[in-house]
Amino acid sequence: MAAEDVDAIRGRESAAWDAHRGRIAVCTAAGCLSSGAAAVKEALVDAARTASTNGSVRVVGTGCLGLCHAGPLVRVDTATEHALYERATPGVAPALVCAAVAGALPREGRNDDEAAFFAPQQRIVLANAGRIDSERVEDYIAAGGYRALQQAVGEMTPPDVVQQIVASGLRGRGGGGYPTGLKWSTVAKADGPAKYVICNADEGDPGAFMDRSVLEGDPHRVLEGMTIAGYAVGAEQGFIYVRGEYPLAISRLKTAIKQAERLQLLGHRILDSAFNFRIDLRIGAGAFVCGEETALIASIEGRRGTPRPRPPFPAERGLWDRPTLINNVETFANVPPIVTRGGDWYASIGTARSKGTKVFALAGAIARTGLIEVPMGLTLRQIIFDVGGGIPGGRAFKAAQTGGPSGGCIPADHLDLPVDYESLAGIGSIMGSGGLIVMDDTSCMVDVARFFMEFCREESCGKCIPCRAGTVQMHGLLTKITDGRADERDLLLLEQLGELLTRTSLCGLGQTAANPVKSTLRHFRGEYLAHIVDRRCPAGVCRMKGAP
Amino acid sequence: MAVTTLTIDGTPVSARDDQTILDVAREHGIHIPTLCHVPGLSEVGACRLCLVEIAGSPKLQPACLTPATEGLDVTTRSERLDGYRRQIVELLLAERNHVCSVCVANTRCDLQDLAVAMELHHVRYEHQAPAFALDASHDRFVLDHNRCILCTRCVRVCDEIEGAHTWDVMARGGESRIVADMNQPWGASASCTSCGKCVRVCPTGALFEKGTTAGSPRKDRSFLTYLKTARERKLWIR
Repeated sequence: MAAEDVDAIRGRESAAWDAHRGRIAVCTAAGCLSSGAAAVKEALVDAARTASTNGSVRVVGTGCLGLCHAGPLVRVDTATEHALYERATPGVAPALVCAAVAGALPREGRNDDEAAFFAPQQRIVLANAGRIDSERVEDYIAAGGYRALQQAVGEMTPPDVVQQIVASGLRGRGGGGYPTGLKWSTVAKADGPAKYVICNADEGDPGAFMDRSVLEGDPHRVLEGMTIAGYAVGAEQGFIYVRGEYPLAISRLKTAIKQAERLQLLGHRILDSAFNFRIDLRIGAGAFVCGEETALIASIEGRRGTPRPRPPFPAERGLWDRPTLINNVETFANVPPIVTRGGDWYASIGTARSKGTKVFALAGAIARTGLIEVPMGLTLRQIIFDVGGGIPGGRAFKAAQTGGPSGGCIPADHLDLPVDYESLAGIGSIMGSGGLIVMDDTSCMVDVARFFMEFCREESCGKCIPCRAGTVQMHGLLTKITDGRADERDLLLLEQLGELLTRTSLCGLGQTAANPVKSTLRHFRGEYLAHIVDRRCPAGVCRMKGAP
Repeated sequence: MAVTTLTIDGTPVSARDDQTILDVAREHGIHIPTLCHVPGLSEVGACRLCLVEIAGSPKLQPACLTPATEGLDVTTRSERLDGYRRQIVELLLAERNHVCSVCVANTRCDLQDLAVAMELHHVRYEHQAPAFALDASHDRFVLDHNRCILCTRCVRVCDEIEGAHTWDVMARGGESRIVADMNQPWGASASCTSCGKCVRVCPTGALFEKGTTAGSPRKDRSFLTYLKTARERKLWIR
C-alpha cells in the first residue's frame, strides 16, 4: 500500500467520525475490564443499534482513561461537549446513547474530578486514550497515526530521523534515562550484516502499569515507533518482549501486527518503499530480571534469562551478537509525535535535562488511583495532590515510592521537588519506569523496605553471589528488625551489605536492590532505631516478637 | 596482534591486546582471587571476586572480562576491595553447608583456600544451610548441592570441552540448583559420558568421586589447558 492509500483511509475514517452525532468511548483496558467494562460496552453497542439512533452514535472500546479507581469509565463526546461517566453499568447504556443523540449530557453518574485530574496533565503518549478504538488500525490512522512513518520513510533519510530524536532530548523511559538519540545513533553507526530493534515490554515493578496501558490502548503507536527506529538504525527485524502476565496486551499486539502487515505498514516494502521491517512477539515467562536488557536478549535467544556483564553493550553486541537497539514501550510511543512535530517541539516541554512528558501509574494511599501523563518538572506535590487528589481518609502523607524495587522513598520535606531524572537521583530515588506508590502514616518504612527486599530476593536470577546471597541476608536482617529481634550490629551489617550489592553486583537488579533500604535509612532512620532500640513500630504495622 | 602497556598496582606491565587484566596480572605474579574463572573455559564474571578499580571508571570491573587496553591504571588490592571480597566469601560460607571438617574436599577446596588466605575466622551472617538431598545415583560420582557455590564451572566444562551439556542451572536466586539433563538423577542422565571433567573442575566438595575421603590428592585441572592448547603446542607430535 502506498502513502496515498493511507491518506485515503485517513480521510474516509475522519469523515465517518464526523458523520456521527455522538461518540461513546468505553475504557477497555485491563483495569476497567476487571470491573465489568465488557458488559457495559456490549449494552452500549446494543443501545446504539436500536432504530431510534439510526446509527448516529458510535461506540468504541478505548485505552485507559486514567481514573482507574472509578471504573468502568465511559467518555461521551457530542459536537459541543464531552463528559466522563464513572462506575458505569450496563443499565445506564440506553440513557447515555439517548443523551449522545440529543446532545444533552446528563449530570448523573458524571465524574466530577475530571477537570482537576486532567488540567495539569499533558498527554502525548496517551493522546489517543478516549479517542480511538484500541483494536482498529483505521481509528489510529484517522487520529494521525502512521503519518510519522509516512514522513520518515517518504521524506527523511535515516540520519534525519536520528537527528530529530537527538534534538528532542528524549531519554529512556524504562528508568535508566539514557539519552535515546545517542543510543539510536550508536546503533545506526554500528557495522553488522544484521541489526535488531527490541521493545522491552517486560514491565515488572510492583504497582506499575504504564506500559501495559499503552500496549492495550494504543498498540499501533508502539509498532510505528519501532518501525521508525528500524528505518533510522538500519534494522529489518524487531521483537517485542512482552510479559506473559499481560494477555490482553499480547492479544491486542497480535491483532495490531496483523492489521499493519495487511496494510503494508509492516513487512516487505513498507509504504511501497525499499524498506522492510517485521515485528515478532516474544512472551516472557515471569522473571523480573528479564527486564534487564542482556537477560532479555538471552531469553529471546532461547537461553536462560540471566544477565551478562556490560560492556559490550547491546548497541554494539546484542541479540545474536548483532548491534541491537533496545528501548522501552513508552520510549517508542514518544517517537511518532517527535517525528511529525519535530525534536525541537518535544524539547520545549519539560526541564533543562529531562524533556517531554512522563507517564506515571498512581497507586497506594491516593484518592485517584490511575494513570497520568505530566510534563517533566512538575512537583511531587502537584502530581499527588492536584492530579492525584491527595491522601484519602484525611490521613497524612508520609512518603512516595518511585522506581519500584530499584527506587527509593521520598519523604514529605521533598514534596516540592520537581520530578525529573536528576532531582530524584539527588535524593536517593530514581525516576524508574513510572510506578508511583503513595504511602500515608499507616505505612511502616522498614516494612516497606522489607517488602521490596523480599521481591528482589525472589527475583534475583542467582548468577552473581552478591545479589543471590546478599538479598537473602538483607531480607533476613530486615525481618529481624521488624520482628524486634535486631540490635545495632545488624543495622551496620545491613548498611555494609547494601554497599556491597550496589558496588559489586553483576546487573542493574542487584546494583539497585539496596536502594529502598538505603533511601528509607536516609530519610526514616528514626523508624529503624525505634524498632531496634525501643522495640516499637511507630506506624503500628510490625508485630514485635520479642528480645534478640 | 597489538601490544599494550598498562599499570597494575603501580607496576608498568606489557600485554597483548587479546589478554584480560586477569591474564596479565597472573603472568606478572599479581594475585587476584577468583572462583568462577578456570583457564580454558569461557568467562561469566559471576563470582565478583576479581573486581578491580580502574582509574577514571566509577564502576568496579571484573578483571576476568576486562581487556588489558593501553594506558589502564588498575588497582587490584585496596581496603575497599578486600572488604568486598571478604563479604562475598562470607556470604558463600553462610549460604549452604560448608563445614570443612566433614567435607571430602577438606584441604583441597578453592573456597576454603580463599577463606584461609583472608584469615576468615568467623562469619557474620546467619547460616542458611538448607538441606539438599545428595545425588549418588551415578556409578562413579556424587553431587552434593549442600557444598555447591553455583560457579557453573561444571556446566561450562561439560558444554564447552566435553560437548555433552549434561549440566545446567534450574530455578533462580537462592533456590538455584545444578541439574543433570532435565532435572533427572545424574545416574539416569542420557547425555552424561561419565568423563569426570565436572568433578575435576569443581572448586568445592559439591562434585566428587565415590570413595574419596579428606586427604585425597588435590583436584588436577592441568588437563584443561592441555586439551585446549596441546594442538597448538604440538604436544601430540614427536
